[in-house]
Amino acid sequence: MATMISTVIKNLKSRPRTRLYPAEERQLPAASRGHIEFDMRKCIFCTLCAKRCPADAITVDRKGKTLVFDPFRCIVCEFCLEGCAKEAISLLKQWSSPAAVLYKRTFTTPGEEE
Amino acid sequence: MARITAPFGPQHPVLPEPVHLNITYEDEKVVDLSPALGYVHRGLEKLAERKEYPQNVFLVERVCGICSFMHAMTYCMGIEELMGIEIPARAKYLRVFYSEISRIHSHLLWLGLFADAFGFENLFMQYWAIREKVVDLMEMTGGQRVILSSCAIGGIRRDLNAGQIEEAKNVLQQVEEGLMHLNPVMMNDYTVKKRTVGKGILNREDAICYGMVGPVLRASGVAQDLRQTGYAAYGELDFEPVVERDGDCYARALVRVRESFDSIELARQALDLLPEGEAAVKVKGNPEGETLQRVEQPRGEVLYYIKANGSKKLERLRIRTPTFAHIPGLLKMLPGCSMADVPVILLSIDPCISCTER
Repeated sequence: MATMISTVIKNLKSRPRTRLYPAEERQLPAASRGHIEFDMRKCIFCTLCAKRCPADAITVDRKGKTLVFDPFRCIVCEFCLEGCAKEAISLLKQWSSPAAVLYKRTFTTPGEEE
Repeated sequence: MARITAPFGPQHPVLPEPVHLNITYEDEKVVDLSPALGYVHRGLEKLAERKEYPQNVFLVERVCGICSFMHAMTYCMGIEELMGIEIPARAKYLRVFYSEISRIHSHLLWLGLFADAFGFENLFMQYWAIREKVVDLMEMTGGQRVILSSCAIGGIRRDLNAGQIEEAKNVLQQVEEGLMHLNPVMMNDYTVKKRTVGKGILNREDAICYGMVGPVLRASGVAQDLRQTGYAAYGELDFEPVVERDGDCYARALVRVRESFDSIELARQALDLLPEGEAAVKVKGNPEGETLQRVEQPRGEVLYYIKANGSKKLERLRIRTPTFAHIPGLLKMLPGCSMADVPVILLSIDPCISCTER
């Protein structure tokens, strides 16, 4: 193990490699893909995002004017965002928080979430 | 002497993924083995026939968690060839950059796991600490730590700005320094050599005969690397395949150690020579015809066969991953070795079972 000695000495002198979570939170880079949000004031229920989604996480009812989003299926690939005609979908860098039970988010037209 | 047959895996401390080897021992010596696969089959090839061809980019990325970018790139290269798309020069260089950081990440992960396989946990932790920097670099550029999703048909979806390029060069410098400091342990340490030198030897003729690819082939003295074919921008970069002669576990580790330095150099070259302009072109229409694409992944050659019929959905997608090619080689490497060396030799091919079973 003699070859490892310089590394051991270096490690003894340096600070720990880990963070004291949750006291010290990790700073996410600006480009990080955390989760997507819908702006229903802009959405026209064109179903483009639902057609593009590779994980089938979005379903849109054009007549009933509702959009159902399953955050647990979403892979945050941004593919819906690139196809959105009205720029109603935005990407945020914060990761979505874990949950104990599965749920879906339903959006309706005036910009309200049910 | 009486023979006993004992299972190795599918659940074994050294295996990150399930593969089952039915090994016959004579005393403590391996005399015969038969591998069995099928524990993590997910039916991705069939699923690819049900999704539309642009959606499949995200699907094939999930074939393998480690080399996800290169799977997407191979698939995109195939579709681009079928549709006659010429991607911008900037996209070619960015593909090299993203491929090479994936390769560094994969090799560091493997070097850590290999150290762990022969019980050198401290070295394992040190390699993974360096790898953490590369994974953070991937998040800073691609957006996520493992699945980059930055490749698209027609180019690259995530262009780099000047700040990111500067930061990427910084990180590459730090990783290089870290590796310079740590690699002498993997290369010169007495315990490492004791466990790896002369174990699982595969000579040049057998490596060719059993159809080995990637670092395993190069460790047996065959200078063959698909990057020499010059896909993406590799044709314009300065690059020589890494070759070792001995064909044992130590040689396979050395190839990966040296390749990680080459990858840092290639990523740096790609960033230096990065041309200005668009990173992607618009894609219209549907693919038609059939094509075969090969790309050098961290583990070796991956092969994509794509058959399209002019509609949105593909008729057939066939993926052959490097580990699939390496399994026959195991039948040559393992017999004759001792029971305690089986984990080290098995890990020396860098098995990725999820890839293999798709």
